[in-house]
Amino acid sequence: MKRLFPILSVITAALLAYALYQALVVAPTERTMGDVQRIFYYHVPSAWTAFLLFLTNLVASIVYLIRRNPKADAVAVVCAEVGVVFCTVVLVTGPIWARPVWGIWWTWDVRLTTTLVLWLIYVSYLVLRRFSDSAQTPMLAAVLAIFGALDVPLVYFSIWFFRTQHPQPVIGGGGSLDPRMWHVLLINWLAFSCFAFMVCWSRFRLELLQREVEHAHAMASLAGPGGAPAKPSLPLHRSAS
Amino acid sequence: MKPIPSSLWAVTWATLKKDIRLEWRSKDALNSMLFFSLLVVVIFSFSFDPNAEESREIAGGLVWVAFLFAAVVALNQTWARELRNHVLDAYRVSPAPANSLFLAKALGNFLLVTVLEALMAPLFMVFYNLRSLGPAWELMLVGVLGTWALVVNGTFFAAVSLRTRSREIMLPLLLFPISIPAVQAMVEATRIILAGEGAARFWIVLLLTYDVVFTTACLALFETILNAE
Repeated sequence: MKRLFPILSVITAALLAYALYQALVVAPTERTMGDVQRIFYYHVPSAWTAFLLFLTNLVASIVYLIRRNPKADAVAVVCAEVGVVFCTVVLVTGPIWARPVWGIWWTWDVRLTTTLVLWLIYVSYLVLRRFSDSAQTPMLAAVLAIFGALDVPLVYFSIWFFRTQHPQPVIGGGGSLDPRMWHVLLINWLAFSCFAFMVCWSRFRLELLQREVEHAHAMASLAGPGGAPAKPSLPLHRSAS
Repeated sequence: MKPIPSSLWAVTWATLKKDIRLEWRSKDALNSMLFFSLLVVVIFSFSFDPNAEESREIAGGLVWVAFLFAAVVALNQTWARELRNHVLDAYRVSPAPANSLFLAKALGNFLLVTVLEALMAPLFMVFYNLRSLGPAWELMLVGVLGTWALVVNGTFFAAVSLRTRSREIMLPLLLFPISIPAVQAMVEATRIILAGEGAARFWIVLLLTYDVVFTTACLALFETILNAE
């Protein structure tokens, strides 16, 4: 597994570079929007990746609630954190794209608002994890993830109805996508997913290490000042085993 | 000695009665909520200075934001009371069903917020020169459904934030993002009814869906939260 990591990192970096080249050079320029449209190749793959990570978080949370497996909880934390980062990318690139194309930075449209609420829910998820450092944290966080998942469809319907009642002067997407653009989009998505996976992986390892350190500290303090037997379990000696 | 009740409704009723009696004797939560929402009414009135037509448009949002913030006051002290003398631990080891405790707390908060709304609604009407153009019973329905939507998740997340540092600030941080669709539904329904535009049915159905979904979720997961160790 450990040898696999650098190899996959190199592949991911190469894929990201290739995707960048594809998006900036190979992809045809959009007729009405011009070069601004190229932000599409970052915006949409980031969104898909973020949704995928949030979905993984939900699944891991449910698994944790059923099995009480600490690894599932670690997966949930990692996915939430990386997902929030990708979701932030979506929310930042969106207005940058919207400003020259729609003439406005933001509109309370279905997809924008739902993404924003999703982001808010997962930020509150991370805040909960930050503010609660007891043993019950994983359980509380898993429950919050389920509540968030129940909330998202309701948000979607409420905004969808709200906006169909009050149409906005927004040039909707519509139309069909050039097959070459599809190609570049999918390559970018693949690259972004690989990148997200690598980040999640290293973060996952870090999380497990952190827990091990905490556990070792707890054991050491339980053993008292003369707690020599607790020492060998400190992860500093871990690589030897 | 009276036999100890153990069925869901008996325990719910006993706990609810105890909470109402406690609140009736101190009136801490109700007084602070009342004064708080009065302040919101006055400050909003200065900030926007609306005429009758405008206030009909913004009143829905205003009323519910005031109630939402005031409800947090009541919600925050829901469980704090049970921490003293380890009452919550006693609940945990008792054979009483966990959901009866949750239902009692949620119903208690519901009553409290409803009383607040009943007292504050006339004041809103006076300060903002409001007169509903739509049917009043729909307004009542939105009030009941909306209050339950705030209170059921609020009671649940108050129990969640009980285990965190600085829990008073934690509750709104958890509750508000989840409440966004409910708040939107309440505000829109109230605005439509006040302006007499008719079709508030979608929002009422949405609120009802929200209530059913989250009441079920709370009842299904409360025991996990209560016994989380």
